[in-house]
This record gives sequence, C-alpha cells and structure tokens, in this order.
Amino acid sequence: MDYLPIRFIFEVIVINPLFATGPSINTRLLVAVVASIALLVAERKSSQLDKLRSVLSMITYPIQSITDWPLHHSKETVESIKSLYSLKEENEQLRQEQLIYKSQLLKYEALEQENIRLRALLEKSFKLGEQVLVAELLSVNLAPFEHVVVVDKGTRFGVHAQQAVLDAYGVVGQVYRALPLSSEIMLITDPGHAIPVQINRNGLRTIAVGSGRINRLILPYLANNADIKEGDLLISSGLGGIFPQGYPVAVVEKIIPQPNKPFAEIYATPKAQLNRSRELLIVWKSEAPIPLETQETEQADENHAEE
Amino acid sequence: MPKNNTFGYGRYLLSIIFAMSLNIAAWPQPMAPFNPNWILLVVIYWVLAAPERVGIFSAWTIGLLTDVLTGRMLGLNALINSLVAFLCLRLHKRLRQYPILQQGLFIFFCLLVSQFLIFWITDSQTIARASYTFWLPVLTGTLFWPLVFFSLRAIRLYRRIR
Repeated sequence: MDYLPIRFIFEVIVINPLFATGPSINTRLLVAVVASIALLVAERKSSQLDKLRSVLSMITYPIQSITDWPLHHSKETVESIKSLYSLKEENEQLRQEQLIYKSQLLKYEALEQENIRLRALLEKSFKLGEQVLVAELLSVNLAPFEHVVVVDKGTRFGVHAQQAVLDAYGVVGQVYRALPLSSEIMLITDPGHAIPVQINRNGLRTIAVGSGRINRLILPYLANNADIKEGDLLISSGLGGIFPQGYPVAVVEKIIPQPNKPFAEIYATPKAQLNRSRELLIVWKSEAPIPLETQETEQADENHAEE
Repeated sequence: MPKNNTFGYGRYLLSIIFAMSLNIAAWPQPMAPFNPNWILLVVIYWVLAAPERVGIFSAWTIGLLTDVLTGRMLGLNALINSLVAFLCLRLHKRLRQYPILQQGLFIFFCLLVSQFLIFWITDSQTIARASYTFWLPVLTGTLFWPLVFFSLRAIRLYRRIR
C-alpha cells in the first residue's frame, strides 16, 4: 500500500499499537501522568512551551474555524436575502451617521491641534495616534465560565500578548495569548480581569474588575463618600501601560453604599457591545510620542536633556 | 487485518473532531454553562469499545490538543484524559456488561473526578466565582452519555457487520 508510512506514523502517534505487546497500562498511566505534570509545572515556570502551543495550534485552529463556519455563513445568507428596501433604509441610516461623524471629526482635528499646542505650553509629551488592526471574531466559546474570545488574527499579523482591544463603542479587553493564526482575547468582564479607569467628570482614578456577567463591571475600591454618580462615564486611565488613555470603558449603573464597610458596592455597564460586536480593533501603541513642536524646539529639548 | 475489524480510524478521528467542535461551539448564553465535556465522553466511548486500539497515550494526545484548543494550561486535560482512560481500561470488561444506567453512574464518577481536577489545578478567580454553575457539566454530561453511546455505536458498526 502506498500510504503505509503515513499510516505507520499515524498509528504510532495517535493510536496505540495492540496493547498486549506493549508495556502494562500501569506503566503507561505513570508515563502519561508524569508527562502531564511536567508540562503543567514547566508552563508555570518558563515560557518555553509557548512554541509547542503555537505548533499545536496549527492543528486546532482548523477545528475552531469549522466550528465558526456554520454560524458565520448563516449570518451571511441572512444578509444576502435581506430585502432591497431594508438595505436602502440601512444605507440611508449609515450615510446619515457618517455625515454626523465626519462633522464631529472636523471639530476633533481642530481640538487635537489645540490640545497638542496646549500640552506643548505645559511641556508635556502627548501620545496620540494608535495604530489598529481589524480582527474578526470566531463564534467559539472556549470555556463556559470564562470570558475569553478568539479572533482570526495572530502573531503572523504581529499581534502580541497584552495589546488592548476595542470596538466601535469602547474598550473590549486585551490580548491574552497570541498564537500564529489566531489570538485569545480576555474581555473586561472576565472575573480575572481588571482595568485601570478614571471618571471622566472629575478624573477620579480607580480599578474596574470583571464580574463574570457580560453586562457588568465592579468598582470594588471606591470609598462610600467617593465623588461618583450614576451615569458617570468611566474612561481608561492609561495607568498600567496596557490600555491607551481616554477610551470609554463603562457607565456607572448602580451605587450601593455600605456604611459598615470601607468600600461601597458600585456596578458599571460596559460601553463596548461585548456580545454583539463581530469586528474588533487590536491596538498598537505608538511607542514614541508625537513630536510636540517644530524641529528647533526638539533640538532645544535634546540640548536640555544633555545638560 | 487487525483482529478487531469494527474499528475505523476515520470514524474515530471524525468523532473526536466533532466532539472538539461541540466543546467550543458558541451556544446561546443560557445554555453555555450546561455544555458538557464532549471530548471526554467520546474518548470514554472509544476506550470502552476498542480498548486494544485506543489507550492511555491516545487519550493523552487528545487531551493535549484539547488544552491548546480551549486555551487551558498544557497538560491539564491530558492528565484528566489519561486518568479516565486508565479507569476505563481497568474496568472495560465489566462496564461493557453493565446496563446503560449503571454505566451512567460510572460516567458520572469520571466526570466528577475530571471537574475536581480542573478545580484543584486551575488557580483562577474565574472558577472560584463560578459557584455551582461550574459543576453543571458533570450532570449534563451524564445525561448525554446514552446519546453519545448509542450514536457512536451506530456510527462504529454502520456497514461493518454483514
């Protein structure tokens, strides 16, 4: 048979040879358990195993994409059989939205310039202009009790761990693990996730922790008398260095004072459409701040630094 | 020819891939916590049905792939799968004689052990806060066992017996 070598490799790797001829099942169990524990310990101690995971993810990524396929294509089919009328309506609506956004953008550019000038007066550097990459969500659910999603862009596109991820409405989460063809993104609502935020109204800084519910964040570290109101917008504070400053994160939903405890119970609703967005933006921070003024001032700055 | 000619590599692999797909399928939110560990159920079935073909090492390999697929620590599902495969290999002669309800009891035990191992080995906030929903897959997995058992047996024996 011409496929004999392939079959041989396959049998050695995937299927046991007849076990009557091999070592006893006790020995096999011992080998398997020792190997598993070695892997568990090794992954905790070093990052050497990332390569192994990357290689194996080449095998598992196709399974993720075939799982995504039926849902993705059913949505596409629905789009394609939408009536002309509703498409026209949607088109009109999008046109209007674009007009509004464009006019806002005009003002934004002027404001941006003004901000840069003002910051130059204050001699503060200003980071602006993050680069983004659009990644598409795969409709898969890795573990029921975690809020981790998979997108179809990985290290081949330069994605790396701890990049911020946004959608059109706000902060979604951060890249948790980047694999060659895909990456895993932890949402801000995952119970193991925390994001440094500040209240847009008065600049009060705190930390928003995920609650495990897709529509709720918890602010556990604010005192009972903190200056916070329902409806306050929380933006990313830029502390911690992962999330760029100034993106909307959540809106304060409910404040429950706890007179007998040091901190109040405060809940917020994420701005991002965590369970609806299909396109996500992976953000690259621009490492160097945008130059503030003309070349001369820069040179002056350098001279100043040399002194 | 192998002695046991009711074993087909294609069917075995396809059923594993299908189980992996079910494991990570995006079920609607209220159903998601009930999603059982389909991969483990399918591995148990194949170990019981063809113990001379599917053993501890193949269960271990599938577990390692499951770890990568679902983003767990490498070795977690590999450990679970190999332990459960060992139990099945030790008891397969008896288990095959049992009626489906008694098998269900054994499956419940296996799934409980697997969930306990996840609970102990993963030191995450996530599981600590998941409360009782974390244990739901054990129940649903047991309830789905007859379905897995009969459908996989039908697939395994389809056109094999003449």
